[in-house]
Amino acid sequence: MLEIKKLNLEVDGRPVLKDLNLTIEEGESHVLLGPNGSGKTSLLLGILGFPKYQVTGGNIIFKGKDVTGLSTAERVKLGMGIAFQHPPVIRGIRLGEMVNLCRGDKSQQISKQTRILAKKLHFSDEFLNRDVNAGFSGGEIKRSEIMQLMAQDPDFVMLDEPDSGVDIENMELIGNMIGELLHRKIQPSKRTASGLIITHLATITDYVEVDWAHVMLNGMIACSGSPNRIISEVMKGGYEKCVRECQTTMDR
Amino acid sequence: MRKGMSDDNGPVIEKYTLKAEKHDEKDLPEIEDKYKQAFLNVGYDPEGSERSGSFLQVDHSVLCSKVVQEGVEIMSTTDAIEKYSWLSDYWWHAVAPEKDVYTQQVDRKQTHGYFLRTLPGVKTTYPLQSCLFTEQDGLSQNVHNIVIAEEGSELHIITGCSVAEKVKSALHLGVSEFYVKKNAKITFTMIHNWAPEVEVRPRTGIVVGENGVFIGNYVCMNPVKDLQMYPITYCGKNAKATSQSIVYASEDSKIDIGSKMVLNGENSKAEVISRAVATDHADVTARGILTGSAANVKAHLECIGLMLSDTARIHSIPELEVNVKDCEFSHEAAVGRISEQEIAYLTARGLSEDEAAGAIVRGFLNVDIKGLPAALGEQVRQMIRVSAEAFE
Repeated sequence: MLEIKKLNLEVDGRPVLKDLNLTIEEGESHVLLGPNGSGKTSLLLGILGFPKYQVTGGNIIFKGKDVTGLSTAERVKLGMGIAFQHPPVIRGIRLGEMVNLCRGDKSQQISKQTRILAKKLHFSDEFLNRDVNAGFSGGEIKRSEIMQLMAQDPDFVMLDEPDSGVDIENMELIGNMIGELLHRKIQPSKRTASGLIITHLATITDYVEVDWAHVMLNGMIACSGSPNRIISEVMKGGYEKCVRECQTTMDR
Repeated sequence: MRKGMSDDNGPVIEKYTLKAEKHDEKDLPEIEDKYKQAFLNVGYDPEGSERSGSFLQVDHSVLCSKVVQEGVEIMSTTDAIEKYSWLSDYWWHAVAPEKDVYTQQVDRKQTHGYFLRTLPGVKTTYPLQSCLFTEQDGLSQNVHNIVIAEEGSELHIITGCSVAEKVKSALHLGVSEFYVKKNAKITFTMIHNWAPEVEVRPRTGIVVGENGVFIGNYVCMNPVKDLQMYPITYCGKNAKATSQSIVYASEDSKIDIGSKMVLNGENSKAEVISRAVATDHADVTARGILTGSAANVKAHLECIGLMLSDTARIHSIPELEVNVKDCEFSHEAAVGRISEQEIAYLTARGLSEDEAAGAIVRGFLNVDIKGLPAALGEQVRQMIRVSAEAFE
């Protein structure tokens, strides 16, 4: 699905990723852990091709196609999607219209499909009339982002800290919905959607089963392995210790 | 003041003619058919469906003044002043005839205008519609409008001003005087659709009596040569006034608009909201003055501009002037560009950058138009959307 080869990325002339390699196969879901400022969000936005995130070296191959030079819109058309951690407020565009747009429906009339989806995410019809992200609570932002992704139904799903600042009740719902997006509820051999989830404390992995975990440090993926092992190492001794252990194991 | 000199370097009256070809009421079906779309674009439905009455003036001829609902009066002001001697108590009482060369010209060379009135306690089920239309190139239309909502009545109006496609240049002078009586309410939604060589000088005064409510909405989405207007609202005791304007200034448009709220009645409240988009070489001045001189007055001004080009200009001038202790006045003014973060967000949902920018501009202009009956509010929103879509 996604193959990143020796990716170097700059933001405003400042290097944020160094020779980063990452491969995610079709049907696989990965989590990415790491301290603040390690480059996790930059990686997602770089994959998505935001103009501010300049590729200075390496390639991003998506579904066998080199997308390194493509615009965000083109990459989205190919099947990428993202749930942002801090999305901006868009005045005058209602959440319901935004969900329509995600489905490629430009009508301002909030469609029946949108209403059904909203219900699934525990949003009222009234809520769909609110301007996108205007005055949304933390949990509402997470649910709204996931609702937009579900309308978009991308093959490759990126989630930027879907578990931060979410209470337990919402967490369960969000976990369920992410599970659906990532085809976690069907047999592994039948899964076609892939995912990359950024998480700080790995809370999301209590709700969504993933195949791989990576630790990111200083713009590089420093350590990869089975989620159980990596997450328990990180929880025990922090990111850096996990990376040290990881490197010792690899050295052996 | 010398004749022909304006106090604002604005239009020169003498450039325009006052000789208009006379249209007859029997021409109405033909005119309605010919300009149907132009009328609809400014909210005037020739079929008059879901309207409590209609007024149509083309050039200097009043072609339609039709009342549908009982308790509503619609006629030309020329007829009204003949019919009602008491109208002199309202005539030039909210706007001074000597205010400037344009009011003087309307005083001396008036060419009709509308008189709209609801009798005491009457509430319009549907809005009244009016349209002031210029068909003849080079013409000056000098209307004097009077709107009265008698005690306890409620009057909703949608009015459009426009020109025929063949009109290259024209002058529109419009004096409008509004009187909202005790416990009455007027909502007035005005849609302008001019042409790049048309000059416009509305002069408006609004008197809101005790417990009265006035809500004014203004929409202008197409180029105009030079437009300046500055309605002044006088709020009596417990009165409430709102002014909202939505302007998309393009090409070489010069638009200077604003609202002044005079809160001289105790407990009165006012709100001014303006949204202006400036692109191409457009020049926008967005003014707002709130003045308070009675106890417990409250007012807010919100003036937001969006710049789409390096050759356009927005000059935002918010002012507050208060001389009472017991008051709450505030203003908020901002001018900015389309946020890159917002564009990026929308492109992540599959829109191209251009589509994203268009959606953001449309959203910016999509102000929640308050106070209108639901159907009318939806119609106005739809009209704004349709015109905004044409910019993409």
